[in-house]
Amino acid sequence: MADVLAWIGGGFVVVGVALSVLGAVGVLRFPDVYTRIHAASITDTGGASLVLLGLCLISGFSLITLKLALIWAFVMLTAPVAANALANAAFGSGHKPRIGAFQIVRTDERRKTPRGTDAT
Amino acid sequence: MIAEPTFFDVNLAIDIVLLVMLLVVAGAIVRTRSLLTAIILFGIYSLVSAVWLVVMDAPDVAFTEAVVGAGISTIVLLGAILLTRGEAERGDWRRLIAPALVCVTVGGVLIYAATGLPALGDASSPVNAYVGRAYLEAAPNDIGVPNTVTAVLASYRGFDTFGEVVVIFAAGVGVALMLGFGPRASLAPPPQVMGDHHVVLRVAAKLLIPLIALYALYVQFHGDLGAGGGFQAGVIMAAAVILHALVFGLRETMAAVTPKVARSVASLGVLLYAGVGVVCMMNGGLFLDYDYLFPPHIEKEIPGWLLGGPESAHHWGQHFGIMLIELGVLLTVAATMVTIFYGFAGRSVDDAQREAKR
Repeated sequence: MADVLAWIGGGFVVVGVALSVLGAVGVLRFPDVYTRIHAASITDTGGASLVLLGLCLISGFSLITLKLALIWAFVMLTAPVAANALANAAFGSGHKPRIGAFQIVRTDERRKTPRGTDAT
Repeated sequence: MIAEPTFFDVNLAIDIVLLVMLLVVAGAIVRTRSLLTAIILFGIYSLVSAVWLVVMDAPDVAFTEAVVGAGISTIVLLGAILLTRGEAERGDWRRLIAPALVCVTVGGVLIYAATGLPALGDASSPVNAYVGRAYLEAAPNDIGVPNTVTAVLASYRGFDTFGEVVVIFAAGVGVALMLGFGPRASLAPPPQVMGDHHVVLRVAAKLLIPLIALYALYVQFHGDLGAGGGFQAGVIMAAAVILHALVFGLRETMAAVTPKVARSVASLGVLLYAGVGVVCMMNGGLFLDYDYLFPPHIEKEIPGWLLGGPESAHHWGQHFGIMLIELGVLLTVAATMVTIFYGFAGRSVDDAQREAKR
């Protein structure tokens, strides 16, 4: 049983590492800041989650599992926030997305009229 | 463990990959003109070094490398770069000949010397056969702390560590004397922006800062048992304060942890460390000899079961002594890092330019 779990866990780790490598390729290949952030953050969060899940299965149920779960919670908390802050800073410094039609609705412009007095 | 000469050795492969990464990052640091890129690359270099140290079975050193090299020094350097230009000057290449010669010569001598080193983990090498072995054999009986690294650092070499703490304190005082303890003029309130772009960041930081501080305390008190201790914990604690400053602005942070508090706590840590040593002397021991931390008539009263059996009763002073001096280390390191950060971040670019003209 433990052997089977270890094999499954190893599979998860390999898939997670492959995801992270894909993310790195995406960071190098994608055309602009936003798609690169997207590639880095999503694959990193997913890859790290899979690696940690695999390590949980390999280690068996113990205190290590709890520590890995805490690390996972920390990664899930920090990585998306870091990506958000990065994209926010890129937007604030005037980087425009290169692909796709888009419409920028800045929250600060939208709120220039006080709340509740919008004509719409 | 000595690498067996097999066809494919996983440990060797990991070592080679990590060392090649270090080399590539070092080359990139030399090549880049952008100082910002260089700082980020320095952080990556420290992180890869930390991973490599973990592979080398040195988790205490790896921990320190990760928090100091990749964490705090990156932030301090980023604070410094705000006051200067982001690009390195393109100098005359002929002026680089002499430094390059020195580097190549020293590097060659070091590589030549490395061939004379004993193999990794060689049991008969001086380090493993004499002093390291003596510590490993004597520490459980002398100190009674599971982590021998902490036993050596805080008890056997307590005086050396005291010197390190004083060095950190002196560095903080030096930076403060040059840059000031904080802002010269009162900081302007942050500009009122309509709409909060950073609401996600704020919420996450509010959630994270207490957790980071709690983790620092865990690292602090877990130092007896595993990797960790006052130095790492102090830097993590400072990171919590600096994160607050980065997200909520220096003004808010300086209202919570005033520069005066920071510099007082830095002195308090050194005082606590030295005070423990003086108490040991007053009770008839040597400076920082924790066996004399408690006078004999108090030590007699302490029940042995508190520390797991009557035979460990004489470790009571060691346990308490290590805990107190590690607390002193935590206070000094954390407060000094915050003071240094205040020194850099509290200055505006105008301050720097005005002083450069003088």
